[in-house]
Amino acid sequence: MTPQSTVPSDPHTRDNKRQSGLALQTVGMTKHFGSHVALDDVSIKVNAGSIHALLGENGAGKSTLVKCVMGEYKPTRGQILLDNREVAIDGLRDAHRQGMGMVYQHFTLVPSLTAAENLVMARADVPALIDWQAEKARLRTFLDRMPFKLSLDRPVSTFAAGERQKLEILKQLYLARRLLILDEPTSALTPGEADQVLSLLRELTRTDGLTVMMISHKFREVMAYADDVSVLRRGKLAGAGRVSELSVDAMSRMMVGNAVSRDAAPRRDWRGSEQPIALEVNGVGADDDDGVPAVREVSLYVRAGEVLGIAGVSGNGQAELVEVLSGQRQPTHGQLRVHGRPYSPLRGEMERSKVFCLPEEPLRNATVPHMSVAENIAFRVFDQPGVRSFGGWLSPARIRLHARKLIDSYRVKTSSPDEPIKNLSGGNVQRAILSRELHADVKLLIVANPCFGLDFASAADIRARIIEQRNRGAAVLLISEDLDEIIELADRIAVMSEGRIVYEAAAHVADQQSIGRAMAAEAQVAPA
Amino acid sequence: MATTDIGLWTVPLAMFAGAVRVSTPFLFVSVGECLTEKSGRINLGLEGTLVFGAMAAYAVSFHTHSPWLGTLFAGLAGAAFGALHGAICRLPKVNDVAIGIALMLFGTGLAFFFGKPYIEPVAPHLPSIALGNWSSLPQVRAALQINPLFFIGIALAMLFSWALRCTRWGLIVRMCGDSAAATRSAGYSVDGVRLVVTAIGGFLAGVGGAFLSLSYPGSWSEGLSSGQGMMAVALVIFARWSPLGCLGASLLFGAAGAIGPALQTVGITAGYDIFNAAPYLLTLVFLIASSSSRRNLKGAPSELSISRR
Repeated sequence: MTPQSTVPSDPHTRDNKRQSGLALQTVGMTKHFGSHVALDDVSIKVNAGSIHALLGENGAGKSTLVKCVMGEYKPTRGQILLDNREVAIDGLRDAHRQGMGMVYQHFTLVPSLTAAENLVMARADVPALIDWQAEKARLRTFLDRMPFKLSLDRPVSTFAAGERQKLEILKQLYLARRLLILDEPTSALTPGEADQVLSLLRELTRTDGLTVMMISHKFREVMAYADDVSVLRRGKLAGAGRVSELSVDAMSRMMVGNAVSRDAAPRRDWRGSEQPIALEVNGVGADDDDGVPAVREVSLYVRAGEVLGIAGVSGNGQAELVEVLSGQRQPTHGQLRVHGRPYSPLRGEMERSKVFCLPEEPLRNATVPHMSVAENIAFRVFDQPGVRSFGGWLSPARIRLHARKLIDSYRVKTSSPDEPIKNLSGGNVQRAILSRELHADVKLLIVANPCFGLDFASAADIRARIIEQRNRGAAVLLISEDLDEIIELADRIAVMSEGRIVYEAAAHVADQQSIGRAMAAEAQVAPA
Repeated sequence: MATTDIGLWTVPLAMFAGAVRVSTPFLFVSVGECLTEKSGRINLGLEGTLVFGAMAAYAVSFHTHSPWLGTLFAGLAGAAFGALHGAICRLPKVNDVAIGIALMLFGTGLAFFFGKPYIEPVAPHLPSIALGNWSSLPQVRAALQINPLFFIGIALAMLFSWALRCTRWGLIVRMCGDSAAATRSAGYSVDGVRLVVTAIGGFLAGVGGAFLSLSYPGSWSEGLSSGQGMMAVALVIFARWSPLGCLGASLLFGAAGAIGPALQTVGITAGYDIFNAAPYLLTLVFLIASSSSRRNLKGAPSELSISRR
């Protein structure tokens, strides 16, 4: 076993040394945050030179476990063993020195620096004077071993999300880490890119003996690439084993306690009568905050009583399109029509055409965080007869009454309607916003990533409500990065890539392969 | 002795001399502010640092009879102000814009308070380099009397531009300004780096102030500064946060400031006030043109409080 050095070894001498990966074991890992028990006596064993998947739904404790291992949290109790020796990890730098590295869901790259600058500055032993010629030569030799190429001289801000994710992984490999922890590594990648990245990691575990621990909720990837799996549920270890010996059913039972079937929800069939078109988007284009066109020429339509699901990896213009539809962004060209009439997203028109919107990350985009739950719920109706007071004044009592009714029927967990909405958990914020948008008569609903970061129960609840609206005759435009969600909910599926709609088909004829290729913009598939 | 009349050539010559002279304090203050903003802090207190530096340089030069020592002391005083700004802004929930304005008032007030005894006395000036001795025309010789601080300023702009690209320290500064989270995860102390860089920015602003009171025909008075410290912030935006850009921007603003006096030398006094307003007008036009409710400032370090969404 090679001795551990405090400075990561030079990448291109690794071939001579053949360093094997670290073996990690946690024994009785426990973490309390005040009275909340995030981890309860979790013991896992990660073998050296293997890919170990950590499964669990949101809030199960996966991120907490990994942060304890990486030294970001101090565990309340428990030990960490590296290569069968007990170690005390004293902060992130210590974890790095031990040879552990983590690739986060949020990027840790510096946007205005180039890829080369990011990689060199990530080292612990950066020289005071940087000789770029020599450094770039060394970087190029390192990159030759990798199956994907990245431009070294462009600032990272010009990279797409997929390229940034690859650069993050490359950074860890460049730093010669022996244990790599990846937090949802393929969330920002197309299925093709995800396969590329995961096959590279598998190859590295086989040839270089690298150890990889991967947090994921995607069964397909776990079954295809992981060697072992540990499943967490509500802070406890619910099961572990070799992937070859477990089925998807067994794993999902460990995750949620009973088998979850993600079959399509029951939907009403509008047999015979063709429903009128509720939303028409004609050639809409919009720029992002840097003036770069994010939405190019998007044209689509949604009929009443159907769900049009727009799939696509984030960063292809979906956020900007939703902002145009909700009135938060001015389009550069194009036209919107709702119920056959030209439409601009102004408050009066939204009220008349019964258009409602659930943007992604509701705390950031659909609420005023420091205002109370009651006030946030009242945003649509505070000036309506019945809630407003005489002479144009607000009536706080009526606002609170209105909110209390909705809080009860939508089961929003809050200590009082006057609690600032930012204190609520993600699921409850989403429920509060849903109650605001869905309780009235809805004719057109625009939803973006409704279940991101929510636990199974809340997510299932929200999906059920979306289908309920569809069955009541509302037109639903659903934009989501979760392909499984689109497949479960949509009547028609479209794919958005690089600001354009590149694929459109009815759900029952769409196949995963063409959708995957469209997401990677590899093929312009004609609409079915 | 008959004076040689060179006719309308006086104007460009006067503008050149004026541009070099007026741009020197802009150069130092803007390069200092550029560095500070590159690390993610905005220091609006440079006006106060500049005025205090002018007073301190004059006072020290008067007492020690050495203008260079005065300049050095002004720089150190400026560094102290910068360090004070950095130290207060480390505390949680402190807004760097508000602290900058407070320090501006503090610096100016302190300078006027301590500077009262120095308004009358004459202190030795910084020597100029006579670059125009090849000419027989007195106007050319006068125009080419350039203060060495101008050349030092140019050298510093080039040095910092190189350092921001090719030294570890320069890259750390850029990282702090763009992504504090990434810098912290790489193990550097973001607040510590910003404190040091703000102190360096303060040092440069102090030296810029020293130029105002110690270059020929300098003197210390309460109306010495014409807002160079405040305009430096606009200059840095104009220069798109590049030290070499700050050099160009300073020369441009210096030339704008020299229009009024240059035209006066040929007797055009009509519209004098408008010409003197030229640099401020340029600042305003510039800030309005580069701000927008919809788009980000291009090239702005993302950690600056004015560019974060």
